[in-house]
Amino acid sequence: MPSLAETLRELEEEARTALASVADLEALDSWRTTYLGRRGRLREVTRGLASLAPEERRQVGALANRVLEELEAAFGERRRQLEQEALARKLAEAALDVSLPGRPLLRGRLHPVTQTLRDVLAAFAALGFQVVEGPEVEWDYYNFEALLIPKDHPARDLWATLWIDYRRDGEMPMLLRTHTSPNQVRYMEKHRPPIRIVSPGRCYRYEATDPTHEWMLTQVEVLAVDEGISMADLKGTLAEVARRLFGTERRVRFRCEYYPFVEPGMDVLIDCFQCRGEGCRTCGQSGWIEILGSGMVHPRILANVGYDPERYTGFAAGLGIERIAMLRYGIDDIRLFYQNDLRFLEQF
Amino acid sequence: MRVPLSWLSEYVDITIQPEELAQRLTDAGLEVADIVRTGDWQNVFVGQVVELRPHPNADRLTLATVDVGGERQTVVCGAPNVAVGQKVAFAREGAVLVDPRTRQPAPLRRAVIRGVESAGMICSELELGLSDDHTGIMVLPEDAPVGVPLSSYLGETVLELEIRPNRPDALSVLGIAREVAALTGVQVREPPSEYEEHGPPVRSLASVVVEAPDLCPRYVAAVVQGVRIGPSPSWMQRRLEAAGLRPINNVVDITNYVMLEMGQPLHAFDWEKLARRRVVVRRAREGETLVLLDGTEARLQPDMLVIADAERPVALAGVMGGANSEVSESTTTVLLESANFLGPSIRRTAQALKVRTEASLRFEKGLSPYLPLYAARRAVRLMVELCGGTAARGLVDVFPARERQASIYLTQERLRRVLGMDVSREEVEQTLAALGFRCRWRRPATYVVTPPYWRTDVRIPDDVAEEVARVVGYERIPAVLRAPSLPPAEADPMRELRERVRDALAQAGMQEVITYPLSDRETLARVLSTEELASHPPLRVANPMSRELEYLRTTLRAGLLRSLVRNLRSRPGLVALFEVGRVFLPRTDDLPHEVEMAAGIVAGPKPDRWGLPRAEPADFFDAKAFLETALAILGVQAEFLPARHAVFLPGSTAEVQVEGKAVGLLGQLHPAVAQAFEVEGDAFLFELDLERLSPHVPAGRRYRPISRFPPVREDLAVVVDADVPAAAVRKLIEASPLVARAELFDLYTGPPVPEGKKSLAFAVTYQALDRTPSDEEVARERRRIVARLERELGASLRG
Repeated sequence: MPSLAETLRELEEEARTALASVADLEALDSWRTTYLGRRGRLREVTRGLASLAPEERRQVGALANRVLEELEAAFGERRRQLEQEALARKLAEAALDVSLPGRPLLRGRLHPVTQTLRDVLAAFAALGFQVVEGPEVEWDYYNFEALLIPKDHPARDLWATLWIDYRRDGEMPMLLRTHTSPNQVRYMEKHRPPIRIVSPGRCYRYEATDPTHEWMLTQVEVLAVDEGISMADLKGTLAEVARRLFGTERRVRFRCEYYPFVEPGMDVLIDCFQCRGEGCRTCGQSGWIEILGSGMVHPRILANVGYDPERYTGFAAGLGIERIAMLRYGIDDIRLFYQNDLRFLEQF
Repeated sequence: MRVPLSWLSEYVDITIQPEELAQRLTDAGLEVADIVRTGDWQNVFVGQVVELRPHPNADRLTLATVDVGGERQTVVCGAPNVAVGQKVAFAREGAVLVDPRTRQPAPLRRAVIRGVESAGMICSELELGLSDDHTGIMVLPEDAPVGVPLSSYLGETVLELEIRPNRPDALSVLGIAREVAALTGVQVREPPSEYEEHGPPVRSLASVVVEAPDLCPRYVAAVVQGVRIGPSPSWMQRRLEAAGLRPINNVVDITNYVMLEMGQPLHAFDWEKLARRRVVVRRAREGETLVLLDGTEARLQPDMLVIADAERPVALAGVMGGANSEVSESTTTVLLESANFLGPSIRRTAQALKVRTEASLRFEKGLSPYLPLYAARRAVRLMVELCGGTAARGLVDVFPARERQASIYLTQERLRRVLGMDVSREEVEQTLAALGFRCRWRRPATYVVTPPYWRTDVRIPDDVAEEVARVVGYERIPAVLRAPSLPPAEADPMRELRERVRDALAQAGMQEVITYPLSDRETLARVLSTEELASHPPLRVANPMSRELEYLRTTLRAGLLRSLVRNLRSRPGLVALFEVGRVFLPRTDDLPHEVEMAAGIVAGPKPDRWGLPRAEPADFFDAKAFLETALAILGVQAEFLPARHAVFLPGSTAEVQVEGKAVGLLGQLHPAVAQAFEVEGDAFLFELDLERLSPHVPAGRRYRPISRFPPVREDLAVVVDADVPAAAVRKLIEASPLVARAELFDLYTGPPVPEGKKSLAFAVTYQALDRTPSDEEVARERRRIVARLERELGASLRG
């Protein structure tokens, strides 16, 4: 009959072998019950300790304690192992096809013209310009006459006009405004310098539509009147706005242009976004694209609203928002804006 | 204005390349829209046909021997008009010509035609790319120099200028030459206008009476006798054609030529057709008519200026001549008119009769009254020279209100104030002199400036400042960004609200659209109730571009519907659009009231949330959710009350109220309206009147304390009559001080809920700021709520 110590060693050996083959946490629990439990094999063996001599009992008892501790430690180690395996398995089973689309949420957007308009207004706001608005249906007086474009003036051809069917004294004095410039006079009539405003709004022209022409347009009028304002301020202000809108790398050019309500008159151009100044179809081979018209407010307009034109000077400018949006987004057909096709609008 | 460079260079030396010239002109305010080159031919020369022989193998072909400057070439020619002695365009092998069949350029190759080798080709206008004419070869003028490259003889570079209405002087080759001279620092050569007067005194041949000096400041007439009508010389014809005018005969061509050259429209009458050789400048008489040169009959109005003879109108002043006094083959004596007419009058007449001519387009811009004399002399000289005419002695010149040209006083200080930079006195004087201005310096620092007679647009000191700036170049003006003095800020509450509404609707998940404010009346009528249409009849555009763009909108509904339909067709999925814009409500004798409105439209299947229950079509409550979310973003609490409106489906229509005031509508589009717009499926529409909403939008947010104590959540289901609004039940539950919120989570009808009743289930959150509500407290409060629901809404607790 083997000694108790030998039995312990054999038991340890057996338990370790069994532990190695335990495959899951359930089997691990039953292993523990079998070997280390209250009624387990180890207890069974140690029960024999009582019959041993004291010296031997101490030795074998120490051995039994060591075996117990080591098996407990092995159990713990094995449990961690199995838990990790189980977790790994579970994760593997639950892995997603991460390429499946996210469940759609609704996303609203502002129209690209609204977005661009706001950016333009923000650029001017940063330079101290306040926003004011005026009516879209206007009097001939504000749209033309007050801007030094009397009836039968050839410059009226520059703004093909949609007239409202309303007659007074044989004349048709009401129209859809062709530009935002009427707001210059409207504002100046009610305010004194210093004046620093931007005035956005829709304008309308009697015009056939094509990729570069649209009968409805969104304009921003710019007006600054104060003592000591010159063309240098006009250039500085507009160049800064162009820089904010189009980036510092864009080149800006200025050239002489005629508008009846400014003197001198000036156009601002930036290098073509398509060809970068080489000349292409978009810019009509010139390499430059006109982004706004401007000039020094005609002294007669200042005098007409009661300002002293010797004391005050001012500049005015008009920007076409669609044109600017086309430049920023590379849109080649202005008609897309008001066709309101979601496949277009959702790109912005 | 088309300006051939060869013509331009007659008056000014062109020292820079056409591209740079175009750039300089454009920067100075004379926009060159295009540079057109014609006749950039290679291997094409002027030749002369010296011999013609029949083709041995083909009846319709001939063998033409062409002298190409000391060298003879024989070609096969099929043109019917080829003749010995003709000057022709001869193309050698390698020339790139337009292929008559494909109309594409192709290189010419040596060819054997019916057994005879052809050394080249005699070209048609089509083959040279000059016109569509391929009926025969192009015959060159007799004076064409044999042997020279055709490009140097016929080739041309044409500047296409877009002249602004303030510069009628630049509607002339001489005017452009003056600009070129000033911009490039060279001198202008004026065209010669002297001639010998061998005829009788002009006063013995014709008389002029200006009865309407207010419309005709000046009238110059000349008479040339013994003219021989025929074609004008080829150089003149070529220039007219290059400038875009059709040659007619030598006399008419000279009037057109001088108009293009100097900018002064002229008219030649057949002197013998003028009754009593008399010219009367007067207003038309009631009922008078005049057959114009283009064959149309003009019905004249009393405010129109005419040129008449002793009996009848013979021309529509400044617009077009009359057929009754036209220069013809048999004309021998010409009365030449060179006059100044008032711009607005000419413009009105031309617009009223819808005849806008080269003449009227110049007159309407206000020509100089000093120009007619120069132009008349120039034209008479050409008639003497080119038509064999004899000039009468002197000119008739009626110029009653001759005024001295006023001087303009530009101080150096003003110039600096306008330009924002200093320009030296020397440079100012030089620049102005180059433009033909006279300029004197007056101490201490003033330029006394007299513009040249042709510059009618320069009137005030700032005009002179622009002249200086545009010639020295706008690029030289510095760009200065200074801190401005700022006016006090003014609030614009309506604009601010409008932009917040835009943001709110976009944040709620809708796409903004911007639609045209014009449509047709039927479309508007379809989306308006009878009362709406009657109280605000849409304004009409007097000159609509089309029937579809005739009436100004009084509602946003139509535009949104149109956009909806387009998108439902073009793309799958939910369409949720909104527009924020103005509608135009007419007022008596005033501009319309422009009301800011917001409107939204929703239709189509809700987004497909894959793996979850199938996508369903959007319904009333989806549309309402957009509106409610937007209103919540604005901090507005709205109520929805049942309403009726012709455009919406009865029973699915709500009036939107805020603080008891109607601010808008929400509802399902009436099927009849949906059908009219070809909407497939149900569509839901809402709109807000921002003017009405405005007073109810809180200016800012007020903080409400949040509880640190845990809430108690309970479900509460009650059965009420079917017509009791769920909002009333909820309002009553939320009226309890212990209830933080009550959210509807179920609506149920059907057994066991009795007929005519509905069950509403709410998730109720009880919460207090200062304590955790005990179970007993919650139970007590629930009983109180239920009692109140029973009492006020006839509700019963659902078991």
